[in-house]
Amino acid sequence: MEHVFFPPLSRVAVCGGTHGNELTGVYMVREMQKQTMDKDGPVSVTAVLANPPAVDACRRYIDTDLNRCFTDALLSAPLTDSSPYELRRAHELNAQFGPKGSKEAVDLLCDLHNTTANMGLSLILYSLDWITLHICKYLQSKISSPVRVIQLNIPISEVYSLEAVGKHGLAIEIGPQPHGVVRADIYNMMKKAVDLTLEWLQKFNTGSIFEGGEVEAFTFAKSIDYPRDPTTGEITAAIHPQLQDNDFKLLQPGDPVFMSFSRETVKYEGEPLYPFFVNECAYYEKKIAFHLAQRKNLSIPTISVKRD
Amino acid sequence: MSSFSSCQSVREARRVAIFGGTHGNELSGVTLVHLWMKNGTEIQRRGVETRPFITNPRAVEKCSRYVDTDLNRAFTPENLSAPADGQLPYEVLRAQEINRMFGPKGSPDAYDVIFDLHNTTSNMGCTLILESSKDHFNLQMINYIQKALAPASCLVLLNEHPLLKYSTARSVAKHPVGLEVGPQPQGVLRSNIFESMREILKHALDFIELFNEGVEFPPCSVPVFRVSERVDYPRDANGNIMAMVHPNLQDCDWEPLNPGDPMFQTFDGKTIRYQGSGTIYPTFINEAAYYEKQQAFVATRRETLSANAVRKA
Repeated sequence: MEHVFFPPLSRVAVCGGTHGNELTGVYMVREMQKQTMDKDGPVSVTAVLANPPAVDACRRYIDTDLNRCFTDALLSAPLTDSSPYELRRAHELNAQFGPKGSKEAVDLLCDLHNTTANMGLSLILYSLDWITLHICKYLQSKISSPVRVIQLNIPISEVYSLEAVGKHGLAIEIGPQPHGVVRADIYNMMKKAVDLTLEWLQKFNTGSIFEGGEVEAFTFAKSIDYPRDPTTGEITAAIHPQLQDNDFKLLQPGDPVFMSFSRETVKYEGEPLYPFFVNECAYYEKKIAFHLAQRKNLSIPTISVKRD
Repeated sequence: MSSFSSCQSVREARRVAIFGGTHGNELSGVTLVHLWMKNGTEIQRRGVETRPFITNPRAVEKCSRYVDTDLNRAFTPENLSAPADGQLPYEVLRAQEINRMFGPKGSPDAYDVIFDLHNTTSNMGCTLILESSKDHFNLQMINYIQKALAPASCLVLLNEHPLLKYSTARSVAKHPVGLEVGPQPQGVLRSNIFESMREILKHALDFIELFNEGVEFPPCSVPVFRVSERVDYPRDANGNIMAMVHPNLQDCDWEPLNPGDPMFQTFDGKTIRYQGSGTIYPTFINEAAYYEKQQAFVATRRETLSANAVRKA
């Protein structure tokens, strides 16, 4: 099996409150900021609230979704007086943890999110990054409940989310949790995921060899919107009870997907795919009822740290 | 044999309103009222004028709970009588307008029944909320709904507490009834929750139709959960919460909480136990909107109310 070497990963950022009403990350970051970070160890961890005014207002965002502001184009465009708050903040975060794509960027940026969808613990990454895929594999091996890996295949320049600022980036998405609520079970799961990530980094930096193999991943295929009234644009159906809460269960043609308000069932037409982000609150305005993914096995090589 | 209870004569319930969007992000009610404003066939009954109504359209537009202040706390005597000028919060002006349209509160011209449709992030299932233990018409209607829904359950929360009671939009009517269905996140529409609320209203309107036709409903007992106190999260000196509802209590609305049972878990993993003197029945456990109202859950006690027989006057 191929063996790939990477330099040590010494600088890590953990971000919460990128969406101000996704509370697990907010409270995790506040708690991490209270504990004194071990600066003597091989890994220095900075915990930061990405969108403080949105956190104070307990809203997803103030002007625009912060987690759509990190494309190369948006980060390089000059700010003006009329730039939305979140675009300014994206430039600040890029200066603090990036710049995106440069050698000054933090080695790993971990962004903590919640969803109203029943996705359990999901790890979202953008490309075939062996470091983040090994972190996923490690979490899967240590956590008994399902840990899903979601891969969105977008070229790094077009990746719009915060974790793209780091050399390696990972979003930890846990649900279901209503926005504006912090559940202890979800918090405990997030803490475990973050602790295990830091544990993996410690092991990596001190020379552990992580065996390659296969990681099952869900790769984004397409999105489906709600049925809407053609005049008003208002939704005319809800996610069907048989699809609701069934993220990652194979959806076949003919399976019910929506139940209209007049109690008619709308059935899925298309190739068999895996739904996720089913009934996420924040996606109503983005015209997404759910995403669909293919399931693939990704091969990853053995990795370890490069000793100078 | 128990003491004789006479049949209570109650004026027929001719004017009924269904309020949705009192909180703009509680979507079952918003969706049902929009649906019925377009086509009200489903809510029509003989002898009843049923009016669906969006109480807080600006909050519905923003998909937020409220714009300036909580509409469902705004119907106080002070607010309703305040001079209407440009300085009043949006919801206070709105409360005055609703009081004119469906009240005035306390007068003989007020609507007979108002159903106010709400959702909660708490695992409360189907809940009916009463403001008086002596409204026999409401008690009989609830009894009818519960029997019609069985074996599915529909529990009753009674908030008659002199300090914890609040001035709701529905309090404008002679017979106010709150419908609270959860769990559902704010801003999300779940099909099962939507259909449950729809089913409750169907039976409620059936009851009103039967009542107006002269049917007499015999005495009955209605088990309720009476609000006794509000319990807040432990907070630090800055008012930030220091703990979360404990996993053992989370989602356990209506189940007994005994002294010594886990109640909260701090962010660094410690358990805080309930130290009260007796068993309570918590509800509204971890409702999103109540963090700012200093409420982790509401403590209730179980009671059985007796409803007199009722018949149309």
